[in-house]
Amino acid sequence: MASIKEQFEIPGTLKTWSYALIGIGAAALLYGMFTKGFGSDEHEQVHFWGTLMYNSIFWTLVTNAAMFFLCFSTMAMAAWMQSFRRIAEAISTLVPIFGGITLLVLLYVVLSHNHHIYHWLDAEAVAKDPILKGKAGFLNPTFFIIWTTLTITLWSYFGYRMRQISLEADIAPMDADTAHKYNVRSMVRSGFFLVWFGLTVASTIPWLWLMSIDAHWYSTMYSWYTFASSFVAGMALIALWLIYMKNKGYMELSTSDHLHDVGKFMFAFSIFWTYLWFSQYMLIWYANIPEETIYFKNRVQGSYKPIFFLNLFINFLCPLLILMKRSAKRNFTLVAFMAVLILFGHWIDFYQMVMGSLMKEHVTLGWLDFGILAFFVGVMILMVARSLASKPLIAKYHPFLKESILHQV
Amino acid sequence: MAQKKFVVGCFDNENVLFPAVKQVRTAGYKIKDVYTPFAVHGLDHALGMRETSLHTAGFIYGITGTTTAVSAISWIFTKDWPLNIGGKPHFALPAWVPIIFELTVLFAAVGMVLTFCYLCQLAPGVKKHHFHKRATDDLFVMVIECTDKTNTDDLKALLSANGAIETDVQVAEEGWWFGTYDKEDNLYNEKQLA
Repeated sequence: MASIKEQFEIPGTLKTWSYALIGIGAAALLYGMFTKGFGSDEHEQVHFWGTLMYNSIFWTLVTNAAMFFLCFSTMAMAAWMQSFRRIAEAISTLVPIFGGITLLVLLYVVLSHNHHIYHWLDAEAVAKDPILKGKAGFLNPTFFIIWTTLTITLWSYFGYRMRQISLEADIAPMDADTAHKYNVRSMVRSGFFLVWFGLTVASTIPWLWLMSIDAHWYSTMYSWYTFASSFVAGMALIALWLIYMKNKGYMELSTSDHLHDVGKFMFAFSIFWTYLWFSQYMLIWYANIPEETIYFKNRVQGSYKPIFFLNLFINFLCPLLILMKRSAKRNFTLVAFMAVLILFGHWIDFYQMVMGSLMKEHVTLGWLDFGILAFFVGVMILMVARSLASKPLIAKYHPFLKESILHQV
Repeated sequence: MAQKKFVVGCFDNENVLFPAVKQVRTAGYKIKDVYTPFAVHGLDHALGMRETSLHTAGFIYGITGTTTAVSAISWIFTKDWPLNIGGKPHFALPAWVPIIFELTVLFAAVGMVLTFCYLCQLAPGVKKHHFHKRATDDLFVMVIECTDKTNTDDLKALLSANGAIETDVQVAEEGWWFGTYDKEDNLYNEKQLA
């Protein structure tokens, strides 16, 4: 182990780039906030808060997906990912930060009673509307605020507990008995996260945060669709950081065999995402009931048509055809390219999920979207790098590390 | 039936097997195959075998299935027997996707199984020479092809020096044949186990 670089030193270029991105992003964010967000035009308000909302929700779910990856791997006693688990941990440290931003944005939207974003916030409209009245037990400000706060707090807390137990593997070699107990404790902790993840990301949270924008409409596929979208983007983010660290000469123990399996996740969950996309679309298309097709009307036939099909092209056809070959998943350049493409594709996916309902008439993709995206990317780069630098890069006494080093695909 | 001469070396440990494979290959001998009781990770690389093309075949079968499904359904529903189903257009692509998918999977699966059997020369009634009975149980059996110039004694000595617990020379059928074995013998007679 002597030759392993355990300590990450943040390169100057990374800092420069992230500060530049944060600077540009913050400028766009603040300019947008004061000209649009707090402006007098309601249409502009919806534009700004909607854009900020889908960006913060996207990045919260994507960074949370890294912790989900760690937890289900721990639960399945997977060993192969141990050699780069600190990358997933570092990405998951962003959950409190991005979750906090999401919480602030959602609190502002709900407390300012912006019923142009969440129609169910309009008490008068709800009183006259039998459908919304029926949903009022779930779609009401009190429940929304409590559940959102609880969700983000517990994601952060359970994630923190998982990262803490990972640090125990840095202290001293474990004998068989200690290692066994360590594994059991890790599995219990990951269990808490997984159950809470199932209750939130895989069900209630996408309903509350995203689906309730179309308050009358519902789809039973929606939460899984959101989960698949954020998970595949999360795997792409892990792949990107793994490749970056390899390029800088760290992560010696992770090889193209590890990248191959990360690539398999990117490939498989792109297909899974498409499966859910299609299951949602096909049933609504087939039944052709106006209350249901309203969601797709402006997306398939209206101004969002190019974005809608671009989404399918980037997130389905490209991963399917490009990542299918074994040699493609083992090629660092190609996986890096695909990871960026998938992250961008699912960002576009979240864009059309939110803005396709808020700005039905025209596509608003512009400086505000890319500015806020730059802000989030900048924060992500800086904070992940800091988190990586604050801990050893290898959990060197982890019971499964040896198996991970020998991993071969 | 082409008879050939082979030198067979048996190993009881895969950690001994890998260096032995390397030694035999660097000495310039041609290894026909190594028969193992279970799939050994990395042995195909050690033997210098090329990557299988089964995936590529699978992809071709898959797109054949896709093409078959798309052309068949579109011809049936738009030309041959157009039906009005719930007022949907005749060319109703979303409704076809499940069937297109199923045919893709079916073609790929059946095609790959048949190709696999063909590549491995497996079929009902096909017989092949067994180099060692215990290859399916607990021995790693390395089979080396001999040429006219091969000195079998040298080769046996090399194998033994690299940890083979048993070596012998066999003249056997190289490929496969239909029919029976010359003599059927018990896999587990007491003499062999002892």
